[in-house]
Amino acid sequence: MAERTDIYGLLAEFNAPEKVLAAAQRAYAEGYRRMDAYTPFPVEGLAEALGFHRTRLPILVLLGGLFGGALGYALLYYAEVIDYPLIVGGKPFHSWPAFIPIVFETTIFFAALSAVLGMLALNGLPMPYHPVFNVPRFALASRDRFFLLIEARDPKFDREATRRFLEALGADGVWEVEP
Amino acid sequence: MSEEKDRMVEIGTPFDPQSAILAPGYTYASITDKISALVLTRRTPRGWFFGFTMAFLLLLLLLFTAAYLLATGVGIWGVTVPVGWGFDIINFVWWIGIGHAGTLISAILLLLRQRWRTSINRFAEAMTLFAVACAGLYPLLHMGRPWLFYWLLPYPNTMGTWPQPRSPLVWDVFAITTYATVSFLFWFIGLIPDLATLRDRARRRLWRILYGFLAMGWRGSARHWARYEMAYLLLAGLATPLVVSVHTVVSFDFAISIIPGWHATIFPPYFVAGAIYSGFAMVMTLAIPLRKFYELEDLITMKHLDNMAKIMLATGLLVGYGYLMEAFMAWYSGNPYERYMILNRLRGPYAPIYWALLVCNVGVLQALWSARVRRSVRALFAIALLVNVGMWLERFVIVVTSLHRDFLPSSWGMYRPTVFDWTMFLGSIGLFLTLLFLFIRLLPVISIFEMRALLPEVAPASGKGTTRPAEAPTLS
Repeated sequence: MAERTDIYGLLAEFNAPEKVLAAAQRAYAEGYRRMDAYTPFPVEGLAEALGFHRTRLPILVLLGGLFGGALGYALLYYAEVIDYPLIVGGKPFHSWPAFIPIVFETTIFFAALSAVLGMLALNGLPMPYHPVFNVPRFALASRDRFFLLIEARDPKFDREATRRFLEALGADGVWEVEP
Repeated sequence: MSEEKDRMVEIGTPFDPQSAILAPGYTYASITDKISALVLTRRTPRGWFFGFTMAFLLLLLLLFTAAYLLATGVGIWGVTVPVGWGFDIINFVWWIGIGHAGTLISAILLLLRQRWRTSINRFAEAMTLFAVACAGLYPLLHMGRPWLFYWLLPYPNTMGTWPQPRSPLVWDVFAITTYATVSFLFWFIGLIPDLATLRDRARRRLWRILYGFLAMGWRGSARHWARYEMAYLLLAGLATPLVVSVHTVVSFDFAISIIPGWHATIFPPYFVAGAIYSGFAMVMTLAIPLRKFYELEDLITMKHLDNMAKIMLATGLLVGYGYLMEAFMAWYSGNPYERYMILNRLRGPYAPIYWALLVCNVGVLQALWSARVRRSVRALFAIALLVNVGMWLERFVIVVTSLHRDFLPSSWGMYRPTVFDWTMFLGSIGLFLTLLFLFIRLLPVISIFEMRALLPEVAPASGKGTTRPAEAPTLS
């Protein structure tokens, strides 16, 4: 096969979560940074081993909830006090206790929406194309196989050295990923 | 690299079918294949076609009734003064109550680290969505002019009006909309990794594209999983108070009024307990045939049924306490209308229904104290069915007995459902079952990726709720 220089990275396959976790830790210690791991279920500690420490999702959800609550209250205040004041049961126009259920619901609504949309956005989903799917074995990443990818963009990446490094980690196979 | 080289799970202790939440011997691969085969490779069982046809016929009955209702008006129902709320509200509350178990299992049991929730949460969530869809139908059709339903929503309009937020009926609109949306998000988020599995395992191109489209390019990246788990946890935290709030708001529809029998502060907790009770009864009603016909006894074990029976027992007792307190407060308050309401329930024209509900919801339930009953699938199925009936009767009693005889004897009356009330009710069951049959056929009924994480080789050694000690994985 003709030698190609433009590859996306090298993908190593493992058959157990502990192995991919150990491999990720070793690769990080070796100085690799542009890498990712793919597993059929969440493996504890794997994201941290790849150098991922915090997600901004909780703050997004908090902001979404605060926005939803404020929006709900503002809507009710505008509707019931400013735009359409109506005396019902002798209650004041600004009868805030009656507003609580709706404000609660709008808070939850927007917080939940920001949790889901925020997660998808931070993960860059939906993503119609990704190079790892070019490796046929990658279909098993959603079944029983665990993969570690080192991207060619990584400054330490060297096609031969990295391949040898991954093979030494106990990979069942190492594949070149077409871009 | 072949299937034979998959690691086998070493079993530490002998398999005890009464207490294990997953039968032994499964690997990541075999559990994936077993669940995805229901959708992808197994021939559709003949029973599925039979069940779907029956359900679809009932759905047609709903469509017929709805069409006739729209053409004629709500007069085809039995509702009239003084009973302006009949089957429409009874069924609304009944369906919404059923719709509480799914999110409860997904959210509250997740936060409580009840690992047995894993094999029942997916279809319980689907059940929730479909039950909420059935529930939403009733208030909409009861409006008389459902095509103007958007008047319920707050939007600037040329009439210069706004919905009245001092009314619990408007709270309902927000609560149900939020609940339906959040339940859907929860369900869909849980499906994404499994949709990716189906995408990777589907043989036909069309299904690969469809599942791939829905999976949105999920590839199981470790960073994605970290955010995914965070999002799931946050959603669970948000859904927990939401579940409690929804039936609370539904109970406000009654409790905020001054009708005897409705104007009670016990209503919110009493309704929430009743909702969880009926929801678990419905999960049980569906889980028992599902595990039998699809041979899922390994995944939905007796332990699951036992745990659900215990939750039913606990919430059923809370509901029984609610009945007791209603009667006690009627006597203790000294209010003649309240007192008459209870006497009318016990001895009035609808007394048989009240007694039947006590038998179903409180009497039969006591059998669940016995471990032998909780180990009998048939007994559990029968009890769950009776509880479904009993909870429906409860809503009938709450709605009808309070309205048909309130303050002025001159305005008393009787409520008699018409044939169209019944066809509408049966039809909504048809809608529910049709959606459920389609779901079972097209999507994985059990969360595949969470089941993989349940295998003992990944289970944390201290995991509470695991029934087997997590053994050190052995490599073959």
